[in-house]
Amino acid sequence: MSQARATGPSPVPGDEAGGDEGDVVIAVDAITLRFGGLTSLSAVSLAQRRGQILAVIGPNGAGKTSLFNCLTGVYTPQEGSITFLDQSGKSTSIVGRKPHRVNRAGIARTFQTSRLFNALTAFENVRIGVESRMHTGPLGAMLRLPRTRREDRASDARATELLDFVGLRNRANDIASALPYGDRRRLEIARALGTAPEVLLLDEPAAGTNPSEKAELAALIRKVNSQMGVSVLLIEHDMGLVMALADRIVVLNFGQVIASGTPAAVQQDPAVVEAYLGAADPDEPGA
Amino acid sequence: MCFTQNFWNLVVSGLADGFLYALIAIGYTLVYGVLQLINFAHSEVFMSGGFASYFILNAAIGTSQPHGIGSLAFLALGTVGGGLGGALVAFLLERVAYRPLRRRNAPRLAFLISAIGASYFIYNIAGKEFGRNALEIPSPFTNGPVFSIFGATVQTYYVVIAVSAVIMLVLVDRVVAMTRLGKGIRAVAQDAETASLMGVNIDRVISQTFIIGGILGGAAGFLFGLNAGVVYTMGFTPALKAFTAAVLGGIGNIRGAMIGGLLLGIVENLGVACTQASWRDVVAFGILVLVLLVRPTGILGEQLGRAA
Amino acid sequence: MTAAPPRGSALRRLWTSEDARRGFACVVGGLVLAVMTGPEGSSTAPTSGFTGSLFHARVIGFIVFGLVLWGLITVRRRYATQVRAFSDKVTAAPRRLLPDKRVRAVVYLAVLAFAIAYPATLNSFWQEVLVDQIGVYVLLAIGLNVVVGYAGLLDLGYIAFFAIGAYSAAYWTGALPIHPPFHLNPFYAIPLAIIAAMLAGVVLGAPTLRLRGDYLAIVTLGFGEIIQIVATNLQGVTGGAQGVIGIPHFSIHLLGIHYAWGINSLPYYYLLLGFVVLVLFAFHFLENSRVGRAWVAIREDEVAAESSGINVLKYKVMAFAIGASTSGFAGMLEASKISFVEPADLTVQLSILILVLVIFGGMGSLPGAVVGAAVLQWLPQYLRVHPLLGFQQQDIYIYLGALLVVMMIFRPEGIIPSRRRKREIGLAEHGVGHADALSGQSGPVA
Repeated sequence: MSQARATGPSPVPGDEAGGDEGDVVIAVDAITLRFGGLTSLSAVSLAQRRGQILAVIGPNGAGKTSLFNCLTGVYTPQEGSITFLDQSGKSTSIVGRKPHRVNRAGIARTFQTSRLFNALTAFENVRIGVESRMHTGPLGAMLRLPRTRREDRASDARATELLDFVGLRNRANDIASALPYGDRRRLEIARALGTAPEVLLLDEPAAGTNPSEKAELAALIRKVNSQMGVSVLLIEHDMGLVMALADRIVVLNFGQVIASGTPAAVQQDPAVVEAYLGAADPDEPGA
Repeated sequence: MCFTQNFWNLVVSGLADGFLYALIAIGYTLVYGVLQLINFAHSEVFMSGGFASYFILNAAIGTSQPHGIGSLAFLALGTVGGGLGGALVAFLLERVAYRPLRRRNAPRLAFLISAIGASYFIYNIAGKEFGRNALEIPSPFTNGPVFSIFGATVQTYYVVIAVSAVIMLVLVDRVVAMTRLGKGIRAVAQDAETASLMGVNIDRVISQTFIIGGILGGAAGFLFGLNAGVVYTMGFTPALKAFTAAVLGGIGNIRGAMIGGLLLGIVENLGVACTQASWRDVVAFGILVLVLLVRPTGILGEQLGRAA
Repeated sequence: MTAAPPRGSALRRLWTSEDARRGFACVVGGLVLAVMTGPEGSSTAPTSGFTGSLFHARVIGFIVFGLVLWGLITVRRRYATQVRAFSDKVTAAPRRLLPDKRVRAVVYLAVLAFAIAYPATLNSFWQEVLVDQIGVYVLLAIGLNVVVGYAGLLDLGYIAFFAIGAYSAAYWTGALPIHPPFHLNPFYAIPLAIIAAMLAGVVLGAPTLRLRGDYLAIVTLGFGEIIQIVATNLQGVTGGAQGVIGIPHFSIHLLGIHYAWGINSLPYYYLLLGFVVLVLFAFHFLENSRVGRAWVAIREDEVAAESSGINVLKYKVMAFAIGASTSGFAGMLEASKISFVEPADLTVQLSILILVLVIFGGMGSLPGAVVGAAVLQWLPQYLRVHPLLGFQQQDIYIYLGALLVVMMIFRPEGIIPSRRRKREIGLAEHGVGHADALSGQSGPVA
């Protein structure tokens, strides 16, 4: 359900509300995150809409990963709220929840430096994600109940499906640490998808990839969004990727939102230009 | 309250215990700083110091009783002997049980297990070679009251401990803060890889760190032995408490280890007044569990890398 | 220490050469072994043990041993490819056959048949050893293997749960100073003992399993100590230092089965064997279920596991509780068999011993835990009856301690490693991952 890109009346910068874009899945309301004397995020608000690909960009140290960590329950912001609204209409507050419970609610993530289970195979990695949704407990496991065996078969099938989806079927039995870099990225996405999320948070998915791997990743992200209907929130530095993928962009600098809107609008926003390139010197000719 | 009646006496005896804990705790905290590992076998470094001092003093004077200047010489010899014994065992420990694992880049669990093995090896060999009975170190002084403070009597033994400990603790503090070795230790504690790129010989720094911890731990073994005698099993409990002290003060933090030691000694003694002597260890371990659950970074926080 | 270009005299080159250093280490190792197996010293003659071991003809044997070892190692290194080819040829048949499930099933059945038939032929000393020294410890090793091997948690106070099981036996049969609401035959008290131990595992684990690995180790160590001290001090509850006597033996009177265990070890052995077989099946299924796999994920990368929906704390407590319940059953069995419980037996040393058994056998490996425990517990008993080389029972921890250090340096995965563990350790040594839940997980995440 990706949004048509150009056209339409240009929205006012900073306005993320757009009538025909689907309802809000994650609402971040003025969160502030402090570590001792350092303020990492300051009154940050954003809205992720269902089916949308939202990109968060900004210079290094702007607070992007901190934002992700707040969204997944790793950090607890001192102020503000984060609400997740799932497809059945149930609303869950993210602040103060432990990461595994955030994941159960429907938010999955990948990490800036892929955190795969290195000694396991690709298949086993994905299966871990899928199995987290199963119900077998220790007793069922020890007794090998019929339900347990059914769940195991279902997990195996789903894991294979997901490996197929991300294009790693032929690498299913390779040890994760031995996979080439681009494949590791895709594997992490597959594992995250295994947890049946409604929103997928991708932390610099293309970092360190070469151009062909990057293109494949972009295609995969689009596929995840359009075929699986998963809303995507991604942090990225690669502007080409961001412009090509994002329906909406939020720009962070020094822990604050300095702009948000469509890619075209954000690209021209003077505050954004200044953040990336520095302010033009008024005394310089041609400034 | 249960301890107010005897409060200052308890504080004084608590400080005496505390100084010993502090001396041993330094060993834990220094090794943790440079290796991010708990040196489980440090208990045997303490024990070795006790035995070393016993044998050296035994060889030097046998059963004759020292007085006056002789007593001071006795104490000095015992402390140095204990320190040397502790240093030697610590050095060997690092070479045999830790360095090969560092070479192989072994997982951390392997280090812990190796240290446990080394600990069991050392104290059982000591028991086999030196006998399993407690040995008494003849006291070079009559343990009488020296002075009173706030109504609490301070015995000679306490003064001896306090003076020796303070000297050694101040020395360590200054060494880590000011000498080249100390800078090396702090550098390795902060970032070993960069330190080695800057020309610091990591192996040598680690070895020397073990040795410093060994000197203090070993000397503590002597001081402990003066009162309680030495026996091959003496390491376990005091070392576990010293570890508690190190965590209490903030593992990796030298001043923390000192403060943690003193604090633990005092609280332990006050606690015993409220229960019974047989619950003494439970009080100490209880504090350990509490600190780890409530404030694992300790009072002063974990930071050897920061300037002392 | 490493590859400095050799210069100067040949002597110096010899010293820095790796072979020479290895030779030196081997000979020193031989000498240490000589001292370990040599005569005892005493406080009045502290060097007598050393002189007796070293300045004596027997030391030659140990030096020779060291040199032979050096020779073997050097040959193996120099001719590594040939050695590998040879060992591949020799082990080709077993390696081909073993992965086959049917072959394994046959092997296990054969072992089981042996385990059922053979003990009946032993004399009563060995039957008793089979239960008290070997059987109980095999069970304990299997239980601790779940905690240390599967979940990667270092528990140094495992004997505490054994104590709880034993004291539960005493309690429910009315042998303790405090009396239960109703008396039970110890056989029926088994589930209660297991539950008590499991609860203790949960109570201890819930607050402490959030801690970093090395802190957890120390806390469990402290807890083990505390249990022992409490058992010794609480005279009115646990019978104090002298312990509890008069715990009745098991007996069943149910569904037409009437059987009473007595002081004969053999019936206990079969009871234990039955339980061990059940537990082996259960834990094997557990290992290969989503629970077992969740533990693997936690060991590999806790943060990633948590983000993938795994409730890390719950699974850690689960491992703890399962391990604890196994230990509790073992405690209950022993208490009922020997009819008494004594705090002095419940030492930290025993916890460490069980850890050694698991590590020696192979962390995370069920066959490893069984074989490791059986071998290491059998060997000292055997040497008592057939003395060899000056081995003394009281020196056992000298050997175990040295064994731990040596194993960590040369074979951390144990004698029958779990394949996955071996892979993890190999990866860790090359800088990928940490192979266990010990490395400081202090929050997120770049």
